[in-house]
Amino acid sequence: MQILSVFISVVGGLAVSFLIYLGLNFIVAKTNTRWNARLLPYVFLGPVLLLIIVFLLVPTGLTVYQSLLKTDQYGLQSFGGLSNYVALFTTPSFIQTLINNLLWIIVVPAITVVIGLGVATLADRMGPKREKTFKSIIFLPMAISAIAASSIWQFVYYYTAPGQPVVGLLNGIWTGLTKADPVAWLQNDTAHVNSLLLMVVVIWLNAGYAMVLLSAAIKGVPEETIEAARIDGANERQAFFRVVAPQIRATIVAVFITVLITVMKLFDIVFAMTSGQFNTNVLGMEFYNQFFSFNNPGKASAVVVILIIAVIPVIIYQVRTYRQQEVLR
Amino acid sequence: MTEIVPTVVTQKTKTGTRAARMTKTSAPKKRPTLTIILGLVAVLWMVPAIGLFVTSFRSTTDAQTTGWWSALLKPFTSAWTFDNYVNAFNGAGAGTGQSLGGEFLNSLAVAIPATVLPIMFAAFAAYAFTFLEFRGKELYFAVIVGLLVVPVQIALIPVLQTYKAITQATGIQITGTYPAAWIVHSAFALPLCIFILRNYMSTLPNALIEAARVDGASHFQIFWRLVMPMSIPALASFAIFQFLWVWNDFLVAYIFLGNGSPVLQQGLLGLLGQYNQGWNLVAAGAFIVLLVPLVVFLSLQRFFVRGLTAGSVK
Repeated sequence: MQILSVFISVVGGLAVSFLIYLGLNFIVAKTNTRWNARLLPYVFLGPVLLLIIVFLLVPTGLTVYQSLLKTDQYGLQSFGGLSNYVALFTTPSFIQTLINNLLWIIVVPAITVVIGLGVATLADRMGPKREKTFKSIIFLPMAISAIAASSIWQFVYYYTAPGQPVVGLLNGIWTGLTKADPVAWLQNDTAHVNSLLLMVVVIWLNAGYAMVLLSAAIKGVPEETIEAARIDGANERQAFFRVVAPQIRATIVAVFITVLITVMKLFDIVFAMTSGQFNTNVLGMEFYNQFFSFNNPGKASAVVVILIIAVIPVIIYQVRTYRQQEVLR
Repeated sequence: MTEIVPTVVTQKTKTGTRAARMTKTSAPKKRPTLTIILGLVAVLWMVPAIGLFVTSFRSTTDAQTTGWWSALLKPFTSAWTFDNYVNAFNGAGAGTGQSLGGEFLNSLAVAIPATVLPIMFAAFAAYAFTFLEFRGKELYFAVIVGLLVVPVQIALIPVLQTYKAITQATGIQITGTYPAAWIVHSAFALPLCIFILRNYMSTLPNALIEAARVDGASHFQIFWRLVMPMSIPALASFAIFQFLWVWNDFLVAYIFLGNGSPVLQQGLLGLLGQYNQGWNLVAAGAFIVLLVPLVVFLSLQRFFVRGLTAGSVK
């Protein structure tokens, strides 16, 4: 029965969307040539513009507006100016959340790029068959969802009380090596151990992406430039840092930015593994807590606006790079 | 899967690249040290997933009393079972009220249209951006490029509130239905999809399109008969990409589908919440959830990689 309703919704949804274009085109085709040329771009563009305006641009404005509304204890909203922001920035736990986010930004993109670059460079020097195998293995986590990855890694970090059988891999290694008691890794925020362990999951998921892009870039470096450096007496390391690295700089920056954005808005891994407890909170998680747990859309919106302000430099960079690219075209 | 938004890169195309040369001169190289280093990295990469995979075939008692590695050391004396998969697939869903089997169908019902629709919408828009002239074209496209990196969270609250307001005003339930998720997924996929398709379409020979115009074909016909078939490589790459992204999404499904039509990721999270009752069930659930992405990924890896590199490296 469910199969039937699934089938009908899928076919119906696709058919309706297609008919929208067909209908629009039919109407415009009835007009004279001059109007046709003028209107036609909007037949092609119209549904997209509508979706982007209604589901991206207007909500962005509404989110900014809502961040200025304060919610009282009865759930009623009134204009509160910057009160949500003031409340957030005067809460020590929110400052800690920002610090955690900063930690993620410092650690994860850099390590992801380094691992990706390392594997790409080393694999590039092997025979094609081995290269392909190794790259596939590193790349495989790309296909794994955040919740499945959380299941995989939460099992690695799993803690059972002393005396109970040790089932988690990390505690198995830990108790085997140190003969100490098992550690509740995800609840232990000494030196941000638990946050670092969460970062491992994100690096594990994204290193393959970095590797694929960087590998493609490395293969695009002309062999002559490396040969010339070798003839001039450069060793492998010099050849890499002085010749290859500058030529793939643009790709390194692009990968770095992509991982950076992923990390800034991170939510599901933290949600599935710690729910932001034990000092592992990040902005994406805080947004969720404010909206769903504390029922405070105003503060949740303020959290998003803070996130967006942090992303704005990247947006400007994107548009500028695109403009330069258009000039080169 | 983590959502990946390719960034814009300026890189001039080079001739005589190493990739081109390698194919001519590459004799298989044997480098034992390299193989060992990379082998270690690869093992390190695989071990966490292997641990859960092994556990998915163990009984609850075994999984609670010994580490999976000990079962792996004595594979013939350990009791292996397929029950976990049966139980996870049929069992009453934890927290969502549906079994993973039912959630599997919901995931399909969300992912297929949420893959096809944005591609169709974006293909039309990309055609307009590539082959049609209209006022404000540059500005519109700059907005789309800017939207590439905007986090989803920006729109979630207002869209959810709008859905709820419409339900209150008209009585039509929106959240919990498939279209609620389709539209949000489509809207958020559009900027990237338009960007990729426009980049691809602008490499198509313009003369061919002009020739078709001269022969009296309308833009609608050119789009369906000429440009779409020629764009199949780009469309396929993005389709794989978008399908995996939607299949693996949790946040949008959680907010807009809730317990009305929960998808696999929600079911798995419910199972994960009960890991104290044994990791074997979580493990089997995780691999049921992973089945489709892994099949898609392993069989279409080439296109997937091409899609990734097309988005950013030019």
